[in-house]
Amino acid sequence: MAETTSEKIPVTVLTGYLGAGKTTLLNRILSENHGKKYAVIVNEFGEIGIDNDLIIGADEEVFEMNNGCICCTVRGDLVRIMEGLMKRRGKFDAIIVETTGLADPAPVAQTFFVDEDVQKNARLDAVVTVADAKWLSDRLKDAPEAKNQIAFADVIVLNKTDLVSKGELSEVEARIRGINPYAKLHRTERCKVQLSDVLERGAFDLDRILDIEPDFLEVDDHDHDHDHDHHHHHHHDHDHGHGLKHYHDEEMQSLSLKSERPLDPALFMPWLQNLVQAEGQKILRSKGILAFSGDDDRYVFQGVHMMLEGDHQRKWKDGEKRESRVVFIGRELPEEKIRAGFEACIVEK
Amino acid sequence: MSAEQASIASVTDRVRPVAIGAPVTSAYFLKDRAAFVCGEEKVALVSQDGEIDNIEVHSGGILSAVSDGERIVMGGDNGKVVALDAKGEVTLLATDPKRRWIDNVAVHPDGTIAWSAGKTAYVKAPKGEEKSLEVLSTVGGLAFAPKGLRLAIAHYNGATLWFPNMAATAEFLPWAGSHLAVTFSPDNKFLVTSMHEAALHGWRLADNRHMRMTGYPGRVKSMSWSADGKFLATSGADTVIMWPFASKDGPMGKEPAMLAPLQARVTAVACHPKQGVLAAGYSDGTILMVRLEDGAEILVRRNGTPEVSALAWNAKGTWLAFADAEGNAGLLEL
Repeated sequence: MAETTSEKIPVTVLTGYLGAGKTTLLNRILSENHGKKYAVIVNEFGEIGIDNDLIIGADEEVFEMNNGCICCTVRGDLVRIMEGLMKRRGKFDAIIVETTGLADPAPVAQTFFVDEDVQKNARLDAVVTVADAKWLSDRLKDAPEAKNQIAFADVIVLNKTDLVSKGELSEVEARIRGINPYAKLHRTERCKVQLSDVLERGAFDLDRILDIEPDFLEVDDHDHDHDHDHHHHHHHDHDHGHGLKHYHDEEMQSLSLKSERPLDPALFMPWLQNLVQAEGQKILRSKGILAFSGDDDRYVFQGVHMMLEGDHQRKWKDGEKRESRVVFIGRELPEEKIRAGFEACIVEK
Repeated sequence: MSAEQASIASVTDRVRPVAIGAPVTSAYFLKDRAAFVCGEEKVALVSQDGEIDNIEVHSGGILSAVSDGERIVMGGDNGKVVALDAKGEVTLLATDPKRRWIDNVAVHPDGTIAWSAGKTAYVKAPKGEEKSLEVLSTVGGLAFAPKGLRLAIAHYNGATLWFPNMAATAEFLPWAGSHLAVTFSPDNKFLVTSMHEAALHGWRLADNRHMRMTGYPGRVKSMSWSADGKFLATSGADTVIMWPFASKDGPMGKEPAMLAPLQARVTAVACHPKQGVLAAGYSDGTILMVRLEDGAEILVRRNGTPEVSALAWNAKGTWLAFADAEGNAGLLEL
């Protein structure tokens, strides 16, 4: 199919633990005067206070593909709903999929990569996770789903910030960053965010993987500009002296790899493929910008569990630092093995 | 035009083009008129001389449609099941109390209809009570058996066979994976489903033996039984795949026949109701009529046109109707 990305309908996946404020955010999106029409796929009818013909009830049916690979689970009901919605193309500009509080975002995301027809018509725009500032820290301890949703997110709406103290807020932010330092984080009360902060993010769009720098918050009134490239492996919290604690989540982490020397594509690509095949259950998200030896193009890739997509993005600009960066977010990542594998793909001088 | 196509017999100049003006998802014949079911709201009834009568049938998307030649039964995203007859009259047959999507419909020769919303399949005889059966997961497809009042319900991990008028529990035919469409062989011996994976699955109903029909590059969305019931023609590949069902073993251990290969995916198939001929539509817009016996082809529509979304023969097999996803349709008298 010759359809370009822009003709595909953008799909925003809205996740968040029970009571975090998903419905509030959804109602906000729908009621704002943006001149756009959304088709909304929800799990509970009747929670949305806006009249909209295109609210569809879903059953969250997670189907395994027959190849037996647990990572290739898709949302069967979404495949069906997308097919039905495509009959009404032109009646809406974008789709929002709300998941239940206990849902794993991965099957939703994978539906948009695995299914041929869905992929032809729609593109995943971003996974937006609404988190409750007051209760998230507790949920991260006792609810694996909550951790999954934070780890998977492209955008985190940290809601109900008015119900916590400054100290509690930095605590919960630090916990989020311990899991996912790359998502854009917005502090809100009653999910008050700019719609442009949660919609049309292009988080899965290879052309828009511009940088994969961690997204750091300005804490209190001063910018802190210290080096965040190192990763902490302490199993206890430590304090940087300005109130921002750094947590390292025992189970769910991100792993960032970097090389200033070019990578050998003949080594890197098979290594990456094998890695996601072998460790795909642990790797939730991956992203990379790559400088290959003998290649004047920037190569970019992104992945969800075992699914990878990559492409030459554009020419490296004059004076641009040809640096490769790769990020994995996942649980119990075999860090030493991944680092060693990556190092082995670097071209020797 | 490819050289291959240029060399074959063509009837393209005998086609009467019809502009429907909206994407067409399926086509049927009601008496002398072709009926083009649109993606939303309307059905266009088109007479043999090309006169169009647009009928509003639903207030939203039309998710499912089926016809017994007398009427078209349709399910909508407004939770309604309606029927359109040859006179152009619309009858409301059922309304889902929760306004859920009506994902599938089926019609029995005695006038009984079936529909599904979510996990529940419903059956209603012309003067009978509405009956329902909930299956394991969302219903993917419905089909009535050619004999008796028996409904096949395709769903995740198999299909369920239900006799709505009998107290016995429904029979479950398991097979891992998501089953999206279902059809009985005309001799009532086999049940075939089209899966979310690019494959068909079949059961021989006498002993529930499995038949795996794989090798498709894409999902099978169109299936049609040949007039003699000996073949099931299917879309999903760059040739029409014909599974043999003449013997008692069906396609078990046999290779399918492959007809009309092109450099495009087959998107719709419709077997002639009386003769060994089928019509095949492709992703590049091509439509061919193909003789099953020797694979001889006649060109009905050229390539380079929008993807074919619907094909239908009238009951006598004297007219062929087709349409595409952009609302271009055509009628051909044979």
